[in-house]
Amino acid sequence: MSEIINPVRKTTVWGKEIEPEFLPRPVRGDAPARGVGIRLEGVEKSFGDVTVLRGIDLEVPEGQFLAIVGKSGCGKSTLLRLLVGLDEVSGGTIAFTDGGRVTKPNSRIVFQEPRLLPWAKVGDNVAVGLGERVGRAERSERVRAALSEVQLTEKVAEWPARLSGGQRQRVALARALVSQPDFLALDEPLGALDALTRITMQGLVERVWREQKFTALFVTHDVAEAVALADRVIVLDEGRIALDVAVNHERPRERGAADLAELEGRLLKAIFA
Amino acid sequence: MTLIAELPKQATLPSGPHLLQAGRWIAARASGALPLLLPVTIVVAWQMASSLGLIGNRLMPAPVDVARAFWHKASSGDLAIDILASGQRALSGLLVGGSIGFLLGLANGVSKLSHQLTDTTLQMLRTIPNLALIPLVILWFGIGEEAKLFLTALGVFFPIYLNTLHGVRNVDPQLIEMGRVYGMNGWTLFRKVIFPGALPSIFVGLRFSLGIMWLTLIVAESMAASSGIGHMANTAREFMMTDVVVLALVIYALLGKLADWIAKTLESLTLQWHPAFQKPEKK
Repeated sequence: MSEIINPVRKTTVWGKEIEPEFLPRPVRGDAPARGVGIRLEGVEKSFGDVTVLRGIDLEVPEGQFLAIVGKSGCGKSTLLRLLVGLDEVSGGTIAFTDGGRVTKPNSRIVFQEPRLLPWAKVGDNVAVGLGERVGRAERSERVRAALSEVQLTEKVAEWPARLSGGQRQRVALARALVSQPDFLALDEPLGALDALTRITMQGLVERVWREQKFTALFVTHDVAEAVALADRVIVLDEGRIALDVAVNHERPRERGAADLAELEGRLLKAIFA
Repeated sequence: MTLIAELPKQATLPSGPHLLQAGRWIAARASGALPLLLPVTIVVAWQMASSLGLIGNRLMPAPVDVARAFWHKASSGDLAIDILASGQRALSGLLVGGSIGFLLGLANGVSKLSHQLTDTTLQMLRTIPNLALIPLVILWFGIGEEAKLFLTALGVFFPIYLNTLHGVRNVDPQLIEMGRVYGMNGWTLFRKVIFPGALPSIFVGLRFSLGIMWLTLIVAESMAASSGIGHMANTAREFMMTDVVVLALVIYALLGKLADWIAKTLESLTLQWHPAFQKPEKK
């Protein structure tokens, strides 16, 4: 595995000239889908008297990159928490499938905040994603590989406090990837980053997904981000699916292209309907 | 003409940087010695006042007399025995009281049931000064080692208990949630998330309790003892040996400082991750 170190300070990402902290290296090629399929039937969730999700039916094919957008409070984060098992459904069923058979997924989550352990070095933080049962040699090998995925190999022995916000979120991504999940949930993972870092991070997330083809659930409030990254975008409104569209454009996508902009407009209309 | 014009140049130009360097050197040394400035000044002033007869020797011995008392006690071997006795009492009190406080703090921070059962009682007991228990303690244990151990352990217990509890309860819930999602439970979650998160607060408790430890010990040793710094001071008082009394105070101060220094060193070793303990990055 060789890392590409780009000597050029300025570069063009999605038609915009930027001066990034780092640049995602190019995609090595699309992997075949290895993620799990997800089937939701009549999923409901309420907290006390407040109903957050009402009867969600959804079928996610293996390896799909699904984005969920919506106003705050529409239930998108709740849906994500149900899918990774942080909360229990109040009604309906969630099933994960592998080749048609029901399976227990290896799911991972990236939060909006990096949530790194401040008292563990970067490498140990990534190793958290491996659990306890992996042997020492294999552990460091896999941590290295995951860090090289996010292009932070040289920070393995650094304290998280020494990293920038974008770097910390890349470590969080490495921690999620190190166990090679077949389902990755991202809860507004780029929401706290500055605009430039966001753009490069989007490129990184897209590249990682294309090379590993886990099933991805990307919750965001940024419609442009959803359209740039996802195969399919769902608009949630008051706990229901208000719109479900496929995005069939070729990757990498040109930001601000006319047909994408048109799609963005449609989604925004559905959100504010 | 040339002579006048050139002389100042030669004189000032090379010496300028030298002076600056010397100034910087002095400043660097001075900032290291700055904490010592005040104590040294006080001792010097004290010695001068004693030598000039401003302070009566019967009430307050001169530093030189204290030093002489130190030499006398140290060379006879009494001092080492007394320091060892006091140190042993302090350490065993800290171990007993500290570990009970630490365990109860952990238990009450992690378990709601345990907290509801014991916290109110402990908070009530906390308001009683431990030295107010001396009459009762003497009735219970007599005036032997048990009484001293009990008093010290009790004094040390509360700061460690309170700060451990506070530390455990204030571990970032987002990190605990992350740990759970990433498959940590029970012991692993405690070892990797809760304990390291509570550690800064536990150290605050430890340093508080070290102060209380010495304080309690001084009182407990002057109560009745056949060895220890308190015993040394008490015997000296009976023979009006003010120099030994002051020597005992100085030794208490030094031991207190030593204990605090050990705690501080442990703290900076275990909390390297904390931005407050990180040395600025070398460029």
